[in-house]
Amino acid sequence: MLTNFVIPDLLPAAPELFILAMACVILIVDLFVKSKARTLTFALTQLTLVGCAAITYMTSTGEITYTFSNMFVDDLMADLLKLFLDLTVIVVLFYARGYIAERVSMAKGEFYVLVLLATLGMMVMISANHLLTLYLGLEMMSLSVYAMVALNRDSTQATEAAMKYFVLGALASGLLLYGISMVYGATGTLEITQVAQALAQGAVNKTILVFGLVFLVAGIAFKLGVVPFHMWIPDVYHGAPTPVTLFIASAPKLAAFAMVIRLLVNGLFFLAPDWQQMLMILAVLSMAIGNLAAIAQTNIKRMLAYSAISHMGFMLLGMVSGVVGGDARFALNAYSSSMFYMVAYVITSVAGFGMILLLARAGFEADSLDDFKGLNKRSPWFASMMMVVMLSMAGIPFFVGFFAKFAVLQAVVAAGYMWLAIAAVLFSLIGAFYYLRVVKLMYFDAPLDETPIAAGFDTKLLLSANGLAVALLGLFPQTLMYLCAVALVRSL
Amino acid sequence: MDMKSLYLLVPLAPLAGAIVAGLFCRVIPRWLAHTATILGVAVAFITSIVIFQDVLAGNSFNGTVYQWLASGEYKFEVGFLIDKLTVTMMLVVTSVSLMVHLYTIGYMQEDPGYNRFFSYISLFTFSMLMLVMSNNFMQLFFGWEAVGLVSYLLIGFWYTRPTAIFANMKAFLVNRVGDFGFILGIGLVLAHFGSLDYATVFAKAPELANKTINIWGSADWSLMTVACICLFIGAMGKSAQVPLHVWLPDSMEGPTPISALIHAATMVTAGIFMVARMSPLFELSDTALSFVLVIGATTALFMGFLGIIQNDIKRVVAYSTLSQLGYMTVALGASAYSVAIFHLMTHAFFKALLFLGAGSVIIGMHHDQDMRNMGGLRKYMPITWITSLIGSLALIGTPFFAGFYSKDSIIEAVALSNIAGAKYAYFAVMAGVFITAFYSFRMYFLVFHGEERFGKAHHDHHGDHEDEEPADDHHHGLAPGQKPHESPWVVTVPLIALAIPSVIIGYIAIEPMLFGDYFKGVIHVNEEAHPVMEALHHHFHGAVAMALHAVTTPVFWLAFSGVALSWFFYMKRPDIPAAIKARFSGIYTLLDNKYYFDKFNEVVFAGGARLLGRGLWKGGDVALIDGLLVNGSARLVGAIASVVRFFQSGYIYHYAFTMIIGVFVLLTLWFNRA
Amino acid sequence: MLENYFPILLFILVGIAIGVLPIVLGWLIAPNRPDAEKLSPYECGFEAFEDARMKFDVRYYLIAILFILFDLEIAFLFPWATIFKEIVNTEAVKWFGFAEMMVFIAILVVGYIYAWVKGALEWE
Repeated sequence: MLTNFVIPDLLPAAPELFILAMACVILIVDLFVKSKARTLTFALTQLTLVGCAAITYMTSTGEITYTFSNMFVDDLMADLLKLFLDLTVIVVLFYARGYIAERVSMAKGEFYVLVLLATLGMMVMISANHLLTLYLGLEMMSLSVYAMVALNRDSTQATEAAMKYFVLGALASGLLLYGISMVYGATGTLEITQVAQALAQGAVNKTILVFGLVFLVAGIAFKLGVVPFHMWIPDVYHGAPTPVTLFIASAPKLAAFAMVIRLLVNGLFFLAPDWQQMLMILAVLSMAIGNLAAIAQTNIKRMLAYSAISHMGFMLLGMVSGVVGGDARFALNAYSSSMFYMVAYVITSVAGFGMILLLARAGFEADSLDDFKGLNKRSPWFASMMMVVMLSMAGIPFFVGFFAKFAVLQAVVAAGYMWLAIAAVLFSLIGAFYYLRVVKLMYFDAPLDETPIAAGFDTKLLLSANGLAVALLGLFPQTLMYLCAVALVRSL
Repeated sequence: MDMKSLYLLVPLAPLAGAIVAGLFCRVIPRWLAHTATILGVAVAFITSIVIFQDVLAGNSFNGTVYQWLASGEYKFEVGFLIDKLTVTMMLVVTSVSLMVHLYTIGYMQEDPGYNRFFSYISLFTFSMLMLVMSNNFMQLFFGWEAVGLVSYLLIGFWYTRPTAIFANMKAFLVNRVGDFGFILGIGLVLAHFGSLDYATVFAKAPELANKTINIWGSADWSLMTVACICLFIGAMGKSAQVPLHVWLPDSMEGPTPISALIHAATMVTAGIFMVARMSPLFELSDTALSFVLVIGATTALFMGFLGIIQNDIKRVVAYSTLSQLGYMTVALGASAYSVAIFHLMTHAFFKALLFLGAGSVIIGMHHDQDMRNMGGLRKYMPITWITSLIGSLALIGTPFFAGFYSKDSIIEAVALSNIAGAKYAYFAVMAGVFITAFYSFRMYFLVFHGEERFGKAHHDHHGDHEDEEPADDHHHGLAPGQKPHESPWVVTVPLIALAIPSVIIGYIAIEPMLFGDYFKGVIHVNEEAHPVMEALHHHFHGAVAMALHAVTTPVFWLAFSGVALSWFFYMKRPDIPAAIKARFSGIYTLLDNKYYFDKFNEVVFAGGARLLGRGLWKGGDVALIDGLLVNGSARLVGAIASVVRFFQSGYIYHYAFTMIIGVFVLLTLWFNRA
Repeated sequence: MLENYFPILLFILVGIAIGVLPIVLGWLIAPNRPDAEKLSPYECGFEAFEDARMKFDVRYYLIAILFILFDLEIAFLFPWATIFKEIVNTEAVKWFGFAEMMVFIAILVVGYIYAWVKGALEWE
């Protein structure tokens, strides 16, 4: 029996294995760190992420490699997303550090270990070629994130948010598992590439399959946070400690995008006409509700939460435009526009939440819109950075957000959904209002508090680089667009 | 370094300087601001010389540096077209800019906005270089708008003065009118040629020469004519041609160095450059060329008249600039593009010289700009005096000076032109010669010769421009008994450096530029239809012969009599001008009000716009937009937000319920299909 | 066919015997002196009949969670054990099969150390 057994090739999974080993090491090392600042833990975590990125880069072959009995896949899209993911988490940790060190109840090494484990989960999701691997990664990420949200035990808001996130997340996982079981029932396999093959050969029970698809889409929609599976987003973004919000708002979006590609494109591409229509409904609802509800917010974290909902809706527009009347010519272009949108959104969103962390200090959260009043008087430089972020999110030309929207709209128009493009632009216009309101508050209102910005030099430097990246990628978007396109071409 | 990086270095070096001086203008010391910017411009200048050598050796370049975005088949790119026309402009821009940078150290010494100023002029240099080096319409337009922006910023540089704010608003609005035409022209080009790339458009132009388009009704319009006139309207705004000239005299509210750099030597010539660049298009439409010719001739003559009655030293030079821009435009209209560029170049040097000379006088007079308070400055400011004299001689077209060669060529070109309006233009430029000589030397005599009128404790220069003259702290003037003295070396060195080309550049450049093959393959002239250059060549027998021959032409004697008359009026019998002023008060009032252009604009356009605005405000904004759309949509948004809030109750079972409803709806929808 | 199920029958019988035998033995051998405390049913220190939504010590959770975790993880050892011989005898997977389980156990140990140093194993 064992003679058929093939020892799995560990190289494609080397980044994951490295991060796992290091997470264990850091967990133990941190037990013996006594300092409040946790400098060692922080440094080790960052080194791990850098090492992980380096390994990802070095082991990248550009070929599609399967391992662990085809449960795990390493392709260019996975490598690229993992690199972006590592980079994002590194930046997030730099921003988060000052905030965490200032708050006794959060100054624990567990934060860093949980971040690493969540990152591991996301990487597993990104590389999943099996429905169970995908589920495993998803749960690994989710459980770590639940714990992170609740890390500040003394805050009732945070624990409430964690509770909601956990219960709703469990519900969504249940839906996803149900969908997985239906797909298994219809096709007789859990391996994503084989699901695709089974569908291509026909002879599957379409009813069960489509029902399974609905549940899978629901699970994906929960992770992305699109209407009507978005309800957790505002409460969790608002309730969680800001560094955790920053983390949730950035890295998991990349993993969720990979989930969309793996499940819907790699696995169920045959059903594209069906899931495109489902996603279209979700996308339009998200853009509408996200943008309209954001206007009514006074808390900037909550506002950005609704903004995230609308952005995810916009991103889905690209996924919607892949196949038109059985013609998949534009599919790669459409999906790569979505990927570009996602990456651009993550870069911008990291800078946006980073600004909140920059203004926060011990005993002061800076998460109200009013806290941004008169920022220009306190620090013209960071006011301009925040303006860049807001304008980019609003999709105003020459920032990266504009090109992201532009690319997606181009795909939508190419697919012939003119009305959808017009609706998207209209909702973006509504959305521009609340982004510009932040700009107005910063430049035209008097500051409520004149305290100088206390953040550390590394945060300031990195945040400036981040803001400039948003601006520069708007001027030079081609490289990133090209990367996304190549990654998808070589992986699908 | 390969050539492409060199090309990039030319605009980027001033940009780097501008960024250093601009972003850190509050923290860095003054010496760093001017060192950084001057270094940047000096690098650009030296690199331009290197590129000039390379281009002279026969190389040229037309390529994309960066593709900014592609939409369907349209590509929007940043690219360079380096040929002899470009490199000529690059040399003019960087050399004058370098001189002006140096000069600014002296001129702005006491100004609190020192660093800001340096940042602006470096930014201007960058924008202007991007404009001239462009190989496509989009970058041209971006450069066009960028120089407009910097010009706007600099006119309003002393932003606490209401007059400066008024002037920069005016410049801004008038230029919008021109730019509207310009962008319409670019739009037409994009729509019918399908590309914004010069080379592609020019290659396709002959096929479309006879194409007609429908604008409204059933009348057919020649595409070329409409497109060229639209483009030229852009040039009229930027190069201040009648009737869009009104902003340029007021732009003198800005500091003098930028009057020299932007409003005399470079930016205002962008329109001339643009038309010369578009010569393959303009050559295809005689109507457009006639239009250009008539507008240019009108500007050349009638703006000259206005120079006669000005008392502000800078305004005299400003009106002279307007008039000279008219000359260049006339040359364009006569299909003598190379002559226009030639005059552009000589004019850049001597006009910058005159402006900087005027600035030096202003420094000496402690920022008093009224010529009636000057006189006899020759003794006190010898370098300024001699260089200004050189500038004036060049301007009026004294043989062997730079201006002579270019201006005489223009006049001859017009004489040889046969398109509609050429007769009128010939008359205008001939009369213009006399006028130019008269007002130039009126200024010269009033400032440098005659009675010393400064240092009297009157300062009652509430003359004719009470509300337009600089009002506050910059209007000191000399205290009683105080004597003016020569300006520091940073001011006089640029004067000397600019005086040299003002004398010799025409002599050197006329033969290769006009009659050699310098512009071959760059400027396209339809030799059959417009044989002006060929005829001109026929009359040309070398630079020296041309100058010697000049004595026998009416042009020379017109200029001479202009100088003589001004000497008689302002040195010999100063009572005569006053008598004339009294006798012909009607004409004087007409000129003093600048032909009522400003009044007309204020009443008709500004007043009309205000009326329309009020109507739209009351009817459209307050009632419709505020009442229905803004408040209505705000109420709608509020209502929707409250619905969303109702669902976002905070109860976990509501949330779960929403999710499950979502799944049910999707299931129901797809159950029907499956 | 049916004889294949004989071990199961045996299993059931032994199971019943182990359940019944101690009770019977206790009844036969032990002295019988009942009091109120001894007659009440054993419920891990709780009252048998009271409101189910009462508070009880959070320390139970820690122990329970740790128990479930380690108990479940150990379950992975069983399938490994069943083919252990085969692993050892197949040259190709001999070391791989061994190392795999050692890694698994090492991860468990990391968790164990963490729980220990954090004090999760101490009642007070």
